[in-house]
Amino acid sequence: MSSNTSNLTCVVIGASHAGVNFAFALRGQGWEGRIMMFDSDPEFPYHRPPLSKKYLTIASQEDTQHDVLFPKENYETDNIILSLGKNVTNINRKTKSIFLSDGSVQRYDKLILATGARAFIPPIKGIENATNIFSIRNAQDAIDIKNAIKDSLRKRVVIIGGGYIGLETAASLKKIGAEVTVLEREERVLSRVTAPEMSVFFTELHSQNNVSILVNKNVVSINSLHAGSEVICDDNTSFKADILIIGVGVKVNTELAEQAGLEIDNGIKVDASGKTSDDDIYSIGDCTYHFNPSYRRFIRLESVQNAVDQAKVAAAAVCGKAATYDTIPWFWSDQYDVKLQMVGLSQGYTETIKRIEPDKEKCMSVWYFKDDKLLAVDAVNNAKAYVLGTRFIQNKQKIDKSKLADVSIPIKPTSFL
Amino acid sequence: MAKITFVTSDDIKTTVEATTGNIMELAVQNKIKGIDGNCGGVCSCATCHVHVQPEDWSKIGEPSELEKDMLEFDENVSEYSRLSCQIKVSDAIDGIVLKVAN
Repeated sequence: MSSNTSNLTCVVIGASHAGVNFAFALRGQGWEGRIMMFDSDPEFPYHRPPLSKKYLTIASQEDTQHDVLFPKENYETDNIILSLGKNVTNINRKTKSIFLSDGSVQRYDKLILATGARAFIPPIKGIENATNIFSIRNAQDAIDIKNAIKDSLRKRVVIIGGGYIGLETAASLKKIGAEVTVLEREERVLSRVTAPEMSVFFTELHSQNNVSILVNKNVVSINSLHAGSEVICDDNTSFKADILIIGVGVKVNTELAEQAGLEIDNGIKVDASGKTSDDDIYSIGDCTYHFNPSYRRFIRLESVQNAVDQAKVAAAAVCGKAATYDTIPWFWSDQYDVKLQMVGLSQGYTETIKRIEPDKEKCMSVWYFKDDKLLAVDAVNNAKAYVLGTRFIQNKQKIDKSKLADVSIPIKPTSFL
Repeated sequence: MAKITFVTSDDIKTTVEATTGNIMELAVQNKIKGIDGNCGGVCSCATCHVHVQPEDWSKIGEPSELEKDMLEFDENVSEYSRLSCQIKVSDAIDGIVLKVAN
């Protein structure tokens, strides 16, 4: 520790993956002062990826205590003060205070914005009057969806949006007996994040599991019926839904930062250590717009990896240590019996190479190149491709594409060099 | 009830007790350095890699195919590598010693 922190207060707004990992990492770095966390979510901080997966498929009463990020005792041991169910309304940078909706004020010496993002609700005619309409962002959403399915006789679910959240939710709800239709506005699912080969694979996977995926479906209005809704698309097709789920991306929670006059650009703009345009305010996680040295551009990421790794860097920086965030992003998605693992960022690719491993079922990978540079790998039931892809990207290894494309050559550390 | 000993890369030994859950969760709760469990225990990230002592290997059992594939090309792999999120706490593993790989 470069200076005495015992009289200082670090306030963290947002107690999810980024905020919580930051708080514990800050103690680990030797911060001796107060650590106070605030979150509007009343639920004890939990893992979010299972929201669209496991949480939807287990019985409501089942114990989910193993899904807390850290058990209660850890907060007590590390003296991290959690204030849950509390809304922060604004920040005063001059007096270094945050204001809460219950009228209380909290001073800070260092402030961390881990405010994340919320589901984007598209401006569809009639959406505001729709009943049984949900997005998936927090624990309560998952509980509400499960209850709605349980109470529904016909269990017809329409999911607007064929991204990861939409597809994972489709797979989970199918598992608990729903009849599921996914409406995707673009010409293929996952179009913003993967190559067409992957879109084809996932469309087929869902079809095999009797989930209906329909593309080029631009929803223009929602009519509320006496029970459920009717979803109408611009091609005049319509779909009856007992339950509607919206999964069309997020809106970043930048309001507090904006109101405080911090620099914003597709998220809260931070430097390599997570510091905002105010020396005493840092930001981490989904809400940050940060520079990625490997891809040499500013990015915003919605992922656990980003939340955790950025949190650790910011914790070191707040304690006066030199720290730079430079991690190759990684993600995963579980649908049915398929595990998709992704590493790197494929944006800007000029070529893809697809491998279907001959000796394993549903085992494939898509390798994204920009000329000769490997940018990213999407691996389906293929952990070897994911692990090696990670290594190749990290080490900037040059790959012989003709060998990579030859599936008679098995995936090994040296086989494509 | 099982007693589990973790040995970190800087040779710090920590012995903890548990009755339920998995080894990764146990390590995270006890802040064992080098075990992060970022994916929450779904065998997606390899941030909970441990080396089992040869004499304890039979108590723990073989990894699944997915786990083997995650570990095979890991830079710190050994023939006694496991992902600790895939090891359930039970009486059968009482007394085992696990070396943190990272």
